[in-house]
Formats: sequence, structure tokens, C-alpha cells
Amino acid sequence: MQADTSTHALSGGTIVSAITASGVDFVVSVPDITTSEGLLRPLAKLAKPRLIRICKEDEGVGICAGLAYTGKRALLLIQQTGMLDSINAIRGVAVEYALPICMMVGLLEKEPGVPPRQSKRYGVRIVGPILDAMGIPYHEIEADADVAKVKPAIDDAYAGSHPVVMLIGRRPA
Amino acid sequence: MMKRDDCLKALARLLTDDDIVLPVYSTAFDWIDIRPHPLNYLSHGAMGLASSHALGLALGAPDRRVIVLDGDGSLLMNLGSLVTIGEVAPPNLYHFVCENGTYEANGGHPIPGRGSVDFAGFARSAGWRSVHAFADLKIFEQQVGAVLAESGPVFVDLKIVASGPQERDYSRLHGPQVRKAFRDALAAGK
Repeated sequence: MQADTSTHALSGGTIVSAITASGVDFVVSVPDITTSEGLLRPLAKLAKPRLIRICKEDEGVGICAGLAYTGKRALLLIQQTGMLDSINAIRGVAVEYALPICMMVGLLEKEPGVPPRQSKRYGVRIVGPILDAMGIPYHEIEADADVAKVKPAIDDAYAGSHPVVMLIGRRPA
Repeated sequence: MMKRDDCLKALARLLTDDDIVLPVYSTAFDWIDIRPHPLNYLSHGAMGLASSHALGLALGAPDRRVIVLDGDGSLLMNLGSLVTIGEVAPPNLYHFVCENGTYEANGGHPIPGRGSVDFAGFARSAGWRSVHAFADLKIFEQQVGAVLAESGPVFVDLKIVASGPQERDYSRLHGPQVRKAFRDALAAGK
């Protein structure tokens, strides 16, 4: 598939609005180059959701779990490398304990416009199959039209107490 | 050196029904007999994550004390959490580490750096508001009340030896009934 080289097909502001509209109280994050400028930096300027900077992604799984028990909503904003590094925490906390761990995951080195499973990058191609194997629902966010998936995905995760992943497939402008 | 269960008994005498406690592994098996309580948060999902769960609870329930009873091997798996918590600085978080130098629940093998690692030093350099270390039970018993009255985050290194043989029924830590009891108790207290 031919990669789409347009740079403004996904608006960071639109995603931030969707996160805010979802009632997210805390964003818990390790910086990711895909979402760094368009998403994390504007989120860092907000008083709410409050940004919690963490050292390693599996910390975030625990933090989001603790918050969930208290009725607070959280979003774990990370890169797929960090998600892969945190598989055991996600397995135990999110899947086996059935907790609403909501993850927004930037796909490092994914070609814009190319579906993740068709990426030339091994580290991108494997993400969907791994989430399928773990039974974790996920959504691909590639263009502004996809951002409409964010609030229903988060609402559904909290309503049904299960994890969800939103894969950010290009750098938001 | 102090026996772990003696330390835990001294601590338990000072807790209220509003306090959330997150004990891990061998400490948890001592703790659930010393202080059976629905606000014991026992299911951490992966080794090392107790302090991170505690941070989420401390942020989400700022009116409650959140007390982690960690192991040294567990903390070594999540040292970054000391830095994260040091920066967030929740005033209601108390992190006790039961340091016996071994992976007690996994065969008793020594932890890396046994005897030389300075856990209190880690917490101090990560910016924790208050840091303590205890190796004498009488002194711990005398001071733990004042420690729990401090504004957090508070870190406490307990130099301990194991309490003795344990019957380890992990369903008492990880069973769904444990999480339901916690969730219900927390919701009822709101």
C-alpha cells in the first residue's frame, strides 16, 4: 500500500477535545515521538486532565488501576514499544482483573496511511495480533474522522470494566 | 533485625478503618491475618507494581492514607516509581519496604545488591518528603505513630527477617472476591 504523506490529516486538538469530553481526570504518560508535539505537549498545558509523568509504562498500568477503583478516569499515553514492555502488567491488571485501563498508543515508525498490519515495520505489524491474542479491543486512529471513536471507546471501557487501546497511526498536527 | 510480623502488628495497631493498605507477597500473607480488612488492596497483577497502584489510589482518594507494604525484591522491579512518586508528592502515601535481602516468595534467593543497596537513599534522592530506616523493633514501635502522622510521601525501610513458615494460598490475594470486597468497601466509604 502507498503511504499517505499528508501531514495534517489528524488534529491533535481534536483528540485533546475528545479526551476531555470523555471525562478523563488524569493522563499518565511516557513521551512518545508520534504523539509528542500534537498531543502530549498541549495536554501538558491543561490543568485537567492532570498529567502524571512516569518513568516506565507498566507503572502507568498500576496508577490507572488505582485511580479506576476510586472512580477517576485515566488515559495511559504511551508508545507501542512501552506497551510491549508492559505486556505482563496489562495481562494481569487490565485483562485478568478486568479493569478499565485505557491506552492511547503512538505507533512508532508506522507509515502514515498504511494500516498497522500492512506496515513494513515488524514492531508495528505485531501490535494488532498481540492485542487480539490478549482479547483487548482496539481502535485505529489515523484521521480526524477516527477521533469520534475515542469517547465511545473510553466510555465503553469504564461501563464494561475492560481495557481498550487506541492506536495513533500518524503524528497529530 | 526485626521480625516482619512484629513490625506489622505495631503498624496495624495504629491504622483506622479508612486506611488503604497494599501488602505484597510474603508480607501480604502475614498482613491479612494480622489486619483482615476489606480495604486491604491485595491484587497487584504483576510483581513490583504495588507502589504504582498506591499512587493511583492516593491521587484518587486524597482523604485516605494509602500505605504500601512492599518487598525489597518487588521494589527493585519498579524503582522508577520512587521517582514518579517523589515528583507527584502525594501527602497521603506511605511506602514501607520490608527488606530481608531475598526473593522470599520465589525460593529465598538473594536480591542483587543484598546488604549494599540503600533503599532509603534511593527515596531520599528521589525527593521524598520524609525518609526513615528502622532495624530495632522497640524504636520502630516508639516512632511509627509519629511517622504515620507526617505528611507524605513517606518512605520507611524496615530491616527485617521473615516471620516464619507461611501457608500461601494465593487465591486470598488474587481471587475476584478480594477485589470486589475492596471495591465495595471503598464505594461504601465515599
